[in-house]
Amino acid sequence: MARITLDHLAHAYNADPRTAEDYALKEINHVWSQGGAYALLGPSGCGKTTLLNIISGLVRPTRGRVRFDDVDVTDLATEARNIAQVFQFPVVYDTMTVRENLAFPLKNRHVPRDRTAQRVEEIARLLDLTRVLDRKASNLTADMKQKISLGRGLVRPDVAAILFDEPLTVIDPHLKWQLRSTLKEIHRALDITMIYVTHDQTEALTFADKVVVMHDGAVVQTGTPDELFERPAHTFVGHFIGSPGMNILPCRVEGAMAIVGTTMIPLHRAYRTLSGGERIELGIRPEFALLQPKGAGLPVQIRRIDDIGRARIARVEMSGRPLAASVPNDISIEGNEASLVLDPNHVHIYANGHLVAGEDNRGRSA
Amino acid sequence: MTKIVNNRAWFFVLPVFATVAFSAILPLMTVVNYSVQDTFGNNQFFWNGIGWFQELLDPSSQLGEQFLSSLLRTLLFSFIILMIEIPLGIAVALAMPREGWTVALCLVLMALPLLIPWNVVGTIWQVFARGDIGLLGWIVNRLGIDYNYTGDALDAWITIIVMDVWHWTSLVALLCYAGLKSIPDAYYQAARIDGASRWAVFRTIQLPKMRRVLLIAVLLRFMDSFMIYTEPFVLTGGGPGNATTFLSIDLVKLALGQFDLGKAAAMSLVYNLIILAVCWVFYTVMTNVDAERERVEA
Repeated sequence: MARITLDHLAHAYNADPRTAEDYALKEINHVWSQGGAYALLGPSGCGKTTLLNIISGLVRPTRGRVRFDDVDVTDLATEARNIAQVFQFPVVYDTMTVRENLAFPLKNRHVPRDRTAQRVEEIARLLDLTRVLDRKASNLTADMKQKISLGRGLVRPDVAAILFDEPLTVIDPHLKWQLRSTLKEIHRALDITMIYVTHDQTEALTFADKVVVMHDGAVVQTGTPDELFERPAHTFVGHFIGSPGMNILPCRVEGAMAIVGTTMIPLHRAYRTLSGGERIELGIRPEFALLQPKGAGLPVQIRRIDDIGRARIARVEMSGRPLAASVPNDISIEGNEASLVLDPNHVHIYANGHLVAGEDNRGRSA
Repeated sequence: MTKIVNNRAWFFVLPVFATVAFSAILPLMTVVNYSVQDTFGNNQFFWNGIGWFQELLDPSSQLGEQFLSSLLRTLLFSFIILMIEIPLGIAVALAMPREGWTVALCLVLMALPLLIPWNVVGTIWQVFARGDIGLLGWIVNRLGIDYNYTGDALDAWITIIVMDVWHWTSLVALLCYAGLKSIPDAYYQAARIDGASRWAVFRTIQLPKMRRVLLIAVLLRFMDSFMIYTEPFVLTGGGPGNATTFLSIDLVKLALGQFDLGKAAAMSLVYNLIILAVCWVFYTVMTNVDAERERVEA
């Protein structure tokens, strides 16, 4: 059981890093609290796996320290850390039975035989592997093999954290849900810190209590799924999470008014701190931009309307800029001209990609 | 699925069939023909039935005794070669670097012995091991060890075995290296997390993953060593005495030295059957292992 602290951690794969671009992982300070279910979300090549491998000790960081509770483990070998990792492609020891696979980590650590047998039975019950215990591990399906990999981690009684590196990649879609809920159940049952790396936002948002979004070797936001959705701290988060992602529009901001092209958008907050040299953008999620018949609201031209099952998404143009908007169920729109109503609470202003807080001016104007 | 029956297919197979007939089947039939006849020269042949085969397989006859001892010698040689080259090849493959510029260097160095023609290998070692002018032979003798591969049977065996190990271990090593390279990193990482020792990693990951290439390596090395001819012929000529007369050398002596076509033909057929039988056993074992795997997976 442990709290994992990353202290000024950075990693470069070449020996002599000079510029920020040389770092696969830019400086990170983060605390993973004991018993949390975390997701590490980001596109391929953003440094997720590097970070994971540093925590498990497979990679030694260029700079910074890793601490489990208050013990510095940066220089400790993988096998000396009480950590388990489940990989993208299931790793099982082909020649062994499922039982021997599960017992393997304990056997290597010279745990007494009866204690091992007992642990293996417990974990097999937990993962629903009891009926295949005496079969050869190599002949099982991918999801079973992934469960065995997980089981080899869980079987160690001292394990503090389990790291998952895109564990559902090779699992059949209909089994993904099942395996993910198994993970959730185990997390609830065992009070183990779990860090789950994925590039799939659905996996991340359904698995984790807290999601850490990474982009280009750096953490851009840490928060609950709701926070990521409601207040993306970076345009990347807005764009990456949500389907379709957040609309990002270049704009100018004057006091409590944003100007996109020729369209004026009133804001709930005032932004006095913005200087001229920054790239200013306005972000609004399609869910908070509602299409209405032509009339009150911002004038837009409809390009097409996509039915994505549970909702309809309109692709519209506002002052020549494309954006996505929701079409309420009870609305039918004739022709190409329509209006857009934005929820001012969910209009965010970004400077150079980062969210700008702004000052609430509703009190004054009311 | 229904099979489409189209006899035109035979037409396309015909050229291959003709080629194989002329290159393999007809020559083999000639050998079969010789094996049941006796000749006194002048192309006069006499029917001998299965006489040569009876003599060959009867250890109390002179031919049978000669054949049996050559066969046992060859089997012993193949056995020793496999016992040395397979473990050594695995060890070399494990010691080879996985990445960096040294990989290419290692691969080239390993491949070099494989590129040298057989008779050149024999000649190299013939000179190398000579007591008077050979570097190896001279040094060994100077160290006070009485070593003479032309006079002492054991020395001759040792020299041939060392030569074969030098020549062919790289093949085993390269095959094993290919097998090792196909193991994803995640296996090693998982093993580290599971706290596996170096030996456990070898037993549970590397050896199982190398199993198939090892089967091929064993098969190739068995066949090659069982049919070895050129190198011992150049190095020792089968001597001293008959100490290194393997089946192939015996066969050539019989066929081209003594011109006993009937005996030689019978011997080469039996020799051929032994190799076929061993190949069949290997093939069956290999396909059975695969079939077993598929059956359980299905």
